[in-house]
Amino acid sequence: MATSIKKLPDIEQVLSGNGACGGCPATMALRIVGKALGPNAIMLLTPSCSVASMGMTPKLGYNWPCINITFASAGSSASGITHAVEIMKEKDRLQGELPTVFSWVGDGGTYDIGFQALSAAAERNDNMIHFCYNNEAYSNTGVQRSGATPRGTFTTTTPTGKRQPKKNMPLLMLEHNIPYVATATVAYPGDLYDKVVKAKNIQGMKYIEILAPCYLGWQFDMPETVQMSRMAVRSGAWLLWEAENGKINFNNPSSQIISGKKEAEPVDEYVMKQGRFNRLLKGPDAAQRIAEIQGDIDREIAFMRERAKITI
Amino acid sequence: MKAAQVIMDTGTHAAALAVKSARVDVIPGYPITPQTSIMEAIAGMVENGELNARFIPVEGEHSVLAAAVAASAAGARVFTATSANGLLYMHEVLHMASGGRLPVVMCNVNRGVFAPWTLWADHQDSFAQRDTGWIQYHCSSNQEVFNTILQAFRVAEQINIPVMVNFDGFAISHCLMPLTLPPQEDIDRFLPPHKPEWRLDPANPSSFSNVTMAAEYATFRQLLSDDIMASIPMVKQAAQEYKEITGMWDGDTIDTYRLEDAEVVAFAVNSMAAELRLSIDMLREQGIKAGLLRPRLYLPFPTEDIISALPKNAQVMVLDRNYNYGHPGGILASELKSVLYGRRNDITVKNRVMGIGGIDLTRRFMASEIRAMMDE
Repeated sequence: MATSIKKLPDIEQVLSGNGACGGCPATMALRIVGKALGPNAIMLLTPSCSVASMGMTPKLGYNWPCINITFASAGSSASGITHAVEIMKEKDRLQGELPTVFSWVGDGGTYDIGFQALSAAAERNDNMIHFCYNNEAYSNTGVQRSGATPRGTFTTTTPTGKRQPKKNMPLLMLEHNIPYVATATVAYPGDLYDKVVKAKNIQGMKYIEILAPCYLGWQFDMPETVQMSRMAVRSGAWLLWEAENGKINFNNPSSQIISGKKEAEPVDEYVMKQGRFNRLLKGPDAAQRIAEIQGDIDREIAFMRERAKITI
Repeated sequence: MKAAQVIMDTGTHAAALAVKSARVDVIPGYPITPQTSIMEAIAGMVENGELNARFIPVEGEHSVLAAAVAASAAGARVFTATSANGLLYMHEVLHMASGGRLPVVMCNVNRGVFAPWTLWADHQDSFAQRDTGWIQYHCSSNQEVFNTILQAFRVAEQINIPVMVNFDGFAISHCLMPLTLPPQEDIDRFLPPHKPEWRLDPANPSSFSNVTMAAEYATFRQLLSDDIMASIPMVKQAAQEYKEITGMWDGDTIDTYRLEDAEVVAFAVNSMAAELRLSIDMLREQGIKAGLLRPRLYLPFPTEDIISALPKNAQVMVLDRNYNYGHPGGILASELKSVLYGRRNDITVKNRVMGIGGIDLTRRFMASEIRAMMDE
């Protein structure tokens, strides 16, 4: 059982008073991450909403040393920091416990422009946690498509709906043979908390991707962030899983969908609640387009069910 | 007290030995000709325990410098090296290093840039990074490469500005020359451990390179511009102290040869300037009062030292190994003319572009070019 939200530590690393939108899932997720990591950590950010909301120089809404770096280089810059603190510790120039080095990066900085450097850092198995808060688009620049945008989504660069499915980034990271990969989302805070605590205590590259339903980009009502996150999981559009040393385990309620104990909820309600889908579903091909979205979800569930059986 | 050791070595290996002597902490690296052998040598030194440091074999030059600046922000002493297109690929991160005031030292082994491909030296790569806010040295011998890397760390860490140490591919990088290695205790005296005022420290959370309002952004830029100019006395002091400790001297902001009474002055950087000393001797034998002025520092441009060193009424022959596209001739000539304007109206500046893509620059060729320029 995941840790209850009531049992999460009181510590707050996300300070009150920042520039995030109301109902921002990335900020909610970062708050939970902070409870798991504590203050002894160094944070890297690439251009994204979390930079825009952390406060203007010299103010800082996050209680860590935070470095903004070039968009393409979360993986390599985190490698630079993790090697620097390790060698400085070896040379007695740093006192106390080594800080956790973590990147807090959107889907653009992970799936797209940051993919090369992240892949290389994973292949080197450098000691860091890479968090991808995935709002399935470039939200900070006004909602453009990314490699994480699902098929059928309206963005400002896919005005008639994206034609291609998203890529399975957590699985791609797993195929780098790194010690820990996990997915999470804000409707399941205990699950996220437990995964971050686990990652913190593993040496090497850890990848945690957090689905972050963004009311602005997804076009739903601001108070419905958590509800949307839960619907994504219940419909199977987002699967909760973790893999330690390559062995995939699904977490509740995704595990019940995978095992067949529970049917995934049809995607219709999830899709129709979001302007990014439903504005494209008024034409004569609406049924076909919903079927395509459902087809992508069914395929991923079936694929991941089979992929998890490989335990070599 | 230990004596200095003299060996025969290549320019790239001399660079690696300087990195070892500087007790660098972190070296991200990626191969590119003709720089590769620096990284190979450093990887070997780290692997066999000669150098207590971390070598990070990243996947491209953008990541090389992204890892370097981040390691520097964490408080480590950081070195890396590149060439040509690798340097161009780093361009965005060059700005982050200087804007972030991170004292990284990087060798650029000069090579012509793509397209089309060339492997050999010209200076388009480093001069194209003029406006990135780095201090740039250009070196004319293997010994100077070694000496300059140590001086570069001193200057970089003193004023928190990254420093690029340039030298030519093949003529310097791959040629064996005598190399004097000062005793390690002398180098330790010259270059004390890096103690940054500021680093990424969980005990003191602060933000780095975050969004700024226009007035703050402008202040950061102005400070960088002022401090680059303010580095000139530090460059001189580093050269002077290095000389006092090791006995070696390559010039400070500039290096001169037979300049005092010269009527014709060759003006060039890197290995061609070493060859030019022989051209100067040839011209002197022909009865021409020739001399050499080599800017060892390209950025900040050593304006005052050049203005005071040039003899009265001299003709300055700028030999550029690069193009200043959209302008006639090369970049060095353009820089020189702009600083002489209104200050030294007695000086005539003439310019030739030569040696592009590694075309060999012999003493005879350069002497005859200078003679021909005299008649223009």
